[in-house]
Formats: sequence, C-alpha cells, structure tokens
Amino acid sequence: MGKRVLSLLATCALAMAVRAQTPAQSSAQAPPQTRPATTVRGGGGGFGDEFPQREKADQATVDRGKALYGVQCNFCHGSDARGGEGGPNLLRSDLVLNDKNGESIAQVVQNGRGEMPPINLTNQQVSDIAAYIHSFRVGGYDISRMTPPSILVGDAAAGEKAFQARCAGCHSPTGDLKGVASKYSNPKRLQNTFLMPRSGTPTTVTVTMPGGQRLEGRLIRIDDFTVTLAGADGLQRTIRRDGDTPKVEIHDPLKPHRDMLPTYSDTEIHNLTSYLVTLK
Amino acid sequence: MTKLVLISLTALSIFPPALVAQPLDPTSPFKALGDSWPTYAGDYSSKRYSSLKQVNQSNVKNLTLAWVSRVSAGAGGGGRFGGGVPTIVGGEAPDAGSSGAQTANVRGSILEVNGVLYLSAPDNAWAVDARDGHQLWHYFWRTKGGTHIGNRGLGMWGNWLYLETPDDYLVCLDARTGKERWHKEIANFNQQYFSTMAPIAIGNHILIGTGNDLDEPGYVQARDPETGDVQWTFYTVPMKAGDAGLETWGSLDGARHGAGNVWIPGSYDPETHLYIFGTGNPSPAYTNPPSRSGDNLFTCSIVAIDVDTGKMAWYYQVNPHDTHDWDSTETPILVDGDFHGKPRKMVLHADRNGYFFTLDRLTGEHLVTGKFSEAANWVKEINANGQPIRNPEKDSTVAGSLTSPDNGGATNWPPPSYSPDTGLFYVPTNEAYSEYYLTETDPRGAMGLGGKEEDGLGTLGGYLTAIDYKTGKVAWRHRYPGTGGNLGSGMLTTAGKLLFAGDLAGNLVAYDPGDGRILWHSHLGQVSNAPETYMLDGHQYILVAAGDSLFAFTLY
Repeated sequence: MGKRVLSLLATCALAMAVRAQTPAQSSAQAPPQTRPATTVRGGGGGFGDEFPQREKADQATVDRGKALYGVQCNFCHGSDARGGEGGPNLLRSDLVLNDKNGESIAQVVQNGRGEMPPINLTNQQVSDIAAYIHSFRVGGYDISRMTPPSILVGDAAAGEKAFQARCAGCHSPTGDLKGVASKYSNPKRLQNTFLMPRSGTPTTVTVTMPGGQRLEGRLIRIDDFTVTLAGADGLQRTIRRDGDTPKVEIHDPLKPHRDMLPTYSDTEIHNLTSYLVTLK
Repeated sequence: MTKLVLISLTALSIFPPALVAQPLDPTSPFKALGDSWPTYAGDYSSKRYSSLKQVNQSNVKNLTLAWVSRVSAGAGGGGRFGGGVPTIVGGEAPDAGSSGAQTANVRGSILEVNGVLYLSAPDNAWAVDARDGHQLWHYFWRTKGGTHIGNRGLGMWGNWLYLETPDDYLVCLDARTGKERWHKEIANFNQQYFSTMAPIAIGNHILIGTGNDLDEPGYVQARDPETGDVQWTFYTVPMKAGDAGLETWGSLDGARHGAGNVWIPGSYDPETHLYIFGTGNPSPAYTNPPSRSGDNLFTCSIVAIDVDTGKMAWYYQVNPHDTHDWDSTETPILVDGDFHGKPRKMVLHADRNGYFFTLDRLTGEHLVTGKFSEAANWVKEINANGQPIRNPEKDSTVAGSLTSPDNGGATNWPPPSYSPDTGLFYVPTNEAYSEYYLTETDPRGAMGLGGKEEDGLGTLGGYLTAIDYKTGKVAWRHRYPGTGGNLGSGMLTTAGKLLFAGDLAGNLVAYDPGDGRILWHSHLGQVSNAPETYMLDGHQYILVAAGDSLFAFTLY
C-alpha cells in the first residue's frame, strides 16, 4: 500500500514535470527514485484540459457543416481543418478560436481575405460549417492522428552483437531474459525497459559507524544530513550524517543501466530493441 | 508641509508603524538589494545577492526559527497561524459556490516592503506581517479556468500590487487593504493563454508576460500603473510582413503561431533603459512542419528592449530552432565585472538546454558559451557565434532518441543567483534523460506540445552548480545524495558569504559560496521557492516558502 502510494506520487511528480512551464518540483520525496520511467502519451491530457472545451452542436448540424466544408473549404484548409493547399490551420486561428457560432467566420467567408475569394454562403450555412470546425478538440497535448505503425528500424544481428558486448555480463537470452519480448509485447515498452528497467531489487545502503559497526538495509531516504534504512526486521532507522561520518555506501541495482545512458548511440539502441523483440 | 508632518505624526500615534502598509519607494529596486525585497528578484539586476551580512559564515550555525505562517487558498481563506482574516473575492467567473479552503503552493517570489510580506499562488494573494507572520489580508480570484501551473509573484508600484491570473487578467490591489482597484484583460483566454508571470514595475510601466501551449504568439507588454491601459506591446515573433526575423520562419502563419512566450520576469539596466529577458520555445514544440523551418526568431533568445518604447535593441538566440520545449525564460542576471582584464557590463544566463552564456549587455555581443550539464547530448556543434546547433537526430523520432536534458530541462524557472564575492553564478541543475518518440508523422506536424511521447529514463543526479562566468566552466558542484535527481527551488547569496538554497529532500541549506561546504540546514519537509532575506528592527531574516507555509529564520 505504502509502496503503491509512493510510486504513484513519483509518477505524478514526473508527469507534472513534462510541461512547458515546469512547476515546482515535488522534490522533497525524490531520492531515492524507485521508478524513473514515466509516460506521457502522444495525445490527450496535459494542460489544455484546464481550458473549457466547446459544447458540441447537435450531430445533424455538424453533419450539415461537414458536408458544406467538404465542398467549399476542404481543398485549401484540409479535411481536418489543420491546413492544406495554401490555406492555414483553422483550429489554431485566432479568428476561429474567438468565433462563437460562425459570426466571425462569416465575415471572412462572405467577403474574402487575402488570397481567399468571397464564397457565396448564407449565414446559416457558415454557422453549420463553424459547428463542424468547432467540433474538433483543441488544446492540451494534441492527439496524434498519423501514428507510426512500428518503432522497429534496427538490425537484429547487430543488436545481438551489442547485447553480447553490453548486456551478457549480467543477462542471458535463455536465462533471465527468456521470453522477454512476450512479457513486453509493445516494443516501445521493451526499449524503455531495457534502457532503465523497473527494478525488482531495492536500492540498499551500508552504513559503517565510526566504531566499525555496520548497518545494512533498504534505502528509504537520504540527504546530506540523515540516511534512513529499513533492516531485515522491516523497522526504519535514521542515522545522522556529519560529512563523511558515518561512511555511507549506496548499492543501486540500476547503476549499470544508469552508467550506460551516456554511452549509447540511438542506432545501437534500435538494434538492441530489434534483437530483443526476437526473444519471444 | 507642516500639515503633512502632522498627519503622519497622528498616524504614528494611532498605529504602530508596523501595521500600516506603506507605499513602495519607486527607487528602491534600483538600489543594491538590502533591507527590503521590493521586486521579483529583489533588485533589477536579478543577482539575488543581498548586501546584508548580519547573518554570516561565523554565526549562521545559530540561525533560529523566528516564526511559521500558513496560508490557505480559495474562497474559504483564513490561515491557521493567527490568520482568519476575511477573504476578499474577485473574478469574472460566476460564483459557483465557495469550494472552501484549498491547499496553497507558494512557488513565486515574496515581496517585503516596509515590514509587510506580499505573496501569491494561482488566483490568490496575501499580505503577511514580516515580523511575526500573521495574516493581514487575503484576496481570492474566482477563475474561469486556464493552466494553473504556478504564480511567480506580485509586482508593486507605490501602494498598488499587481497579480496575473491563469485566466489572463491583471488585477490591481490596494496593498494596504487587499481590496481590488481594477482588473484588465491582458491576453485572450479563448486562444488558451494563461498568465503566471510576476509583473515588474519600472518607472511608470508595469511589465507583463503570459504563457501559452497552443501555438499562440508570445509578447511583453507595458501597462499604465494607475489605469492598466496598454502602453506598448513587443511580440517575440514576427506578426506581419516586413517584421524582423520573418526570414527565420517557413511562413508568416508559422511565425504568428510560433509561441516564444515570456513567463519569467526579466532584468533592467537603468543606464541603458534596457529590459532584458528570455523568451520561450517555438511552437509546435516537438514537430517540424515546413511553417517553422529556420531558426525561429525571437524564440529561445535573450532579448533587450527599451523599457519606454518596447523597441528591440538587440537579441541573442541561445537555442536556434528548439525541438524540445526548452524555454529560455530562465532569469538573465546583470553583472558589472572584469572580463579578461577589462571592465565589462554583462548579462549571464543558464539555459534549460544545458548551456551557459555570457553576453555583453550593451550590444548583445556573445562572450562565452559553457556547458554546465554533463549529460546534455543534443548539440551537433557550437557555431562561430557561440550558439549550440542541434543534432536533428536528437529530435523526437519514430524509433526513439535518447536525449538529455529531459523536458524539465538542465535547469528551469527556479531562480539562479550571482555573488560578486566569488564571481560565480549558482544554478540548480538536473542530469536527466528521456526517450523522445515522434508519434505524429503528419508532415503538417502537431499543435502545441503534441506529436511526441516522452518517457523519462531517470537521471545521473541533481546538483547545485557554480559556474565561472568568465570561462563558462563549472567551478564546483554539489551532488544531492541518492539515486534520484531533480531541480532545487532557487538560490540566494549574501554579503555574509552565504549561499542559501533548498535541496531535493526538503532542507533549507546554507553553503559556503566559495566551495559548496555546508554550514547550516533546517529540514522543513519541502522548499518551494527561492530563499530571500530582509532586515527589520535591526534583525536580518531569511525567508522561504514550503508549499502553503512560510518559514522565517533570524538570530537572537
């Protein structure tokens, strides 16, 4: 329970960090970081959700507008109103964003503007077109529409070589990694996970007191002034730190993965992923 | 004259001076930071270096808690520590019934003027007695919505305070009572602007900026302090044919939707009348439609404009054609000092992209580029003008690119500091990696922050980093213990040869600014803004926010 809450907190803190204006880091609980990976998917969520969305017009109106749009607007502004042959993206247009029921759009449609000729449409027709344009969700993390079918671009044979060089010291395709591609059927998750696994092994710490007494346990928290560990009995102990006394050694099971982060090329990562997906 | 003296004497006899909020002397932000804290960064240079030295290396170990104060946000109002003052409610949204008290999170700067502290959170402003922390008034703004990510602080001019709201109003309050004088719309809510910046009062101008995550153009605006009317507007991207920088965009429509929002206050050089600030990232942030091919001026730049006209004097782009939402809004610090044997007027800036810059602030001439993030791996080359040029392979890609910094950046809004005693620039830093995936292959790109998935892979550590402005090299850095990392909350240096900063574990820590040696700390559980200092009744106070609480320390 406690662990679940903690990992939820960590996830929230990290997710919060991925924004244009990064908020104050909820940093007090940051170290030790148990679950580094976070996911911000390519659509939905995020900030724009804090802006009110338009009420959708009734479907018959939107359908009428869509039909008119298809005939009159589609060619220049694109079927999704995101811009096309010469016409700008309408969804982020300040005129469209400030339009309510087509009254501003009608000014431009009926009179023309710049390279756009006047178009003979009634106010009611423009109002229907506006209902169609306003039916698209705007804001937040723009939802991806043309998502790539696969992230796999690597060379599996080269990936196997890289595995032997980088990973075989600790891992085996027939041992601990047997069937890893079935466990992580999404190659993106597999790739993220081999770069920085969700460790089942906790970070531990050894504290050597000035008298030589050694305390070992799971690292709960550490800063420059105290270190807290949980012993085999599950009880927490907090020990004061004064500079290098007592001696504190952290055993981070993910250290090899962390240390490798600066050393990869993206090609090597993609090759490794293409190899690992074969370990069904 | 006599009458004035009499009135003020009468006032004195009725109210002890501490209880009467007095107007801000407009010259005080020009002076070296000392007794008070009258503007966002203390003074216009933004050094966050205080001349106070009552608290110093020899006695900081005796620094003691003077008081704690807790504020509540929302219409419920009332603080627990001697609060309970009625909440003054404003706002354009219909009153949907009071939601009661909400937890406040104070991340911005706190003003200290004549014994009163003025602080803010989104939709909220408070006045608190600087001597004991008791609340004097609370103002709450009923919001229409918009991004409630933070509020960077209040601005002050005479008796008036200025608050930006997430639904894009500038609210003017009477500092003595918290009562609203007026509010003015400063950005278009339908276009999804949200406003967080601390307004800056310079002369007869209130400078404001806003935020936006939907491709809308950024700007700095000057407003009349008495009326709130617009004096001038400076757009950070080209808005019409013929505008400077248009050649660095694929199209005019691309430029007009190119963002570059300004959400952290800049600094001011009174000699040249230049207001110097950083601009946000270009938009769409992660995708590269033809409409934004080019360097995308004047996004991700340090820009100097004349404070009276809003006309640009110079610019220097620190991140041409950004593709990672790395705003360059981090505070530029103005420093007069030696540069290779000659006195020079400079501006120093540590960027979210992991690079540090020293520029000549009279001309914008590039002097130094340094790399303060070891992990940063997105740069192909530093060009002849000192600009880091991106490696397009480190953009978001379909197969994923392992890139540092993560979106949060090597640094971010937490304010840096500069100490003339050491010649060092102090900044919280993080060495985090993300895998950046492109999820939108439409050649027209995405809007705003869309089109990518960013998966955080952890960090090599969070640091307090000290940088030598003459070389751009890291002089020393202190690694926060543990396997995680993050950004600290900001910096303060003092003439007492002290560097104060919140660490990642909720400690307020005093360091030796020369070498990072730890001299004092107090575990508050959280530190949410940059520490500040002020002097009252012969006592120096160190002030910091921890979420909804203020902690003030002093010597007895």
